[in-house]
Amino acid sequence: MKKIEAIIRPERFEKVKEELERRGFVSMTVAEVRGRGEQKGITLQFRGRAIEVDLLHKIKIEIVAKDEEVDEIVEAIVSAARTGKYGDGKIFVIPVERVIRIRTGEETQ
Amino acid sequence: MEPNGWILTSAALVMLMVPGLALFYAGMVRRKNAVNMIMLSLVSYVIVSLQWVLFGYSLSFGDGSDFIGFPSPMPEDLFAFYQLTFAAITLAIITSAAAERMKFSSFVLFGLLWTTFVYDPFAKWLWGNGWLAKLGALDFAGGAVVHISSGFGALALALALGNRAGYGEHDIKAHNVPMTLLGAGLLWFGWFGFNGGSSLAVNETAVRAVIVTNTAAATGALVWLLISLRSGRVGSLAFVTGAIAGLASITPAAGFVTIWQSIVIGVVAGVLCYYAMVYRVKKKIDESLDAWAIHGVGGAIGMLMLGIFNGKFIPQLVAVTVTIIYAFAVTYIIAKVVDVVTGLRVSEEEEYVGLDISQHGEEAYS
Repeated sequence: MKKIEAIIRPERFEKVKEELERRGFVSMTVAEVRGRGEQKGITLQFRGRAIEVDLLHKIKIEIVAKDEEVDEIVEAIVSAARTGKYGDGKIFVIPVERVIRIRTGEETQ
Repeated sequence: MEPNGWILTSAALVMLMVPGLALFYAGMVRRKNAVNMIMLSLVSYVIVSLQWVLFGYSLSFGDGSDFIGFPSPMPEDLFAFYQLTFAAITLAIITSAAAERMKFSSFVLFGLLWTTFVYDPFAKWLWGNGWLAKLGALDFAGGAVVHISSGFGALALALALGNRAGYGEHDIKAHNVPMTLLGAGLLWFGWFGFNGGSSLAVNETAVRAVIVTNTAAATGALVWLLISLRSGRVGSLAFVTGAIAGLASITPAAGFVTIWQSIVIGVVAGVLCYYAMVYRVKKKIDESLDAWAIHGVGGAIGMLMLGIFNGKFIPQLVAVTVTIIYAFAVTYIIAKVVDVVTGLRVSEEEEYVGLDISQHGEEAYS
């Protein structure tokens, strides 16, 4: 099992959700987060003075999936979240050791 | 009876419509633009507050060859202040088109020019015994002066500005629905001063204006509620938008119609304003918060239905046509002039980060 953590632009979230659903991936956990990447946020020029906008609003999507599903999920997120500009985000794929369903207590691999 | 106390109260009620509209609009934009949306309404009030006392009132109601003195039934300061609040809320309505993309400094310049070259002439023509009034056109509390002018002005500004980045590609959802509902409630409350005070007296006309205003608003709200049921749910944003459509439409007719006629106005306005909104969305015009569909179309409906009810349709038709053409054309020219002088839009990056930080260095929610 793997956990896919995708940090994306808030305005692309609906498209990403739709694309994942279209391919049959419904489950996800979503959080509103703030962060910065290599560009260190954005510097705005406002009437001669610079304003550093350090931490930008983003959406974090977490999905736990079977190993063989990971590539398709990643592809779905990339295709729906990409604008081609700085700030499109990143996807992290992390190994998952155990998954337990709380309702039944069953453990799935 | 002495009208002064009622008009002073009405002026305060109309002033409350400005923060009411600010909340109404701010709830419908994204959270990164909430402060800016509120500020646009508040700065509209401030721009007009000064413009009006310096020269706006004189342009609209002052003495002069063609500016025939208005027979003020009260101290002139009081009448001038009451009218100031009308001019201010009118400019604030246009900020619908500026949502989430217009430079704040440019809006200040635009607002000053718009009030001077669009609002003041209409106030003069319809209320200052100007040529449309002499033609027989009636506009009780501002169907043409306030609502058509700001609604079609907003359409022109939206076209001059262009759509928001990503408009039509992804959902731009209301970030705070309760804020919008509260704003609508304040608008409705303030409207009693807007229409009720416009008789400029404490008499039966004032009372009638208040009750038909309330009736048309309730009717408009119910009509939109029924329309929203087509999606299987009762839409709260639709509900209050319908109320505003009813309020905008009854405004020109408030002192002249019966309660039954106000229900008819509420129904017609509810249906037609809804389809105007659908048409705008279909045409992919980002007149973001629907000042055109609600105030522009609603004001025109009210003006024309008043003409039907009182049997004097032609002067109303002339007033509506003139207001639409003049407000749209002059607003578009003003927007283009401001674009050349200061630029209308924020940069792409500023729009992405949001206008709260880029224009004000502040955030609505930290």
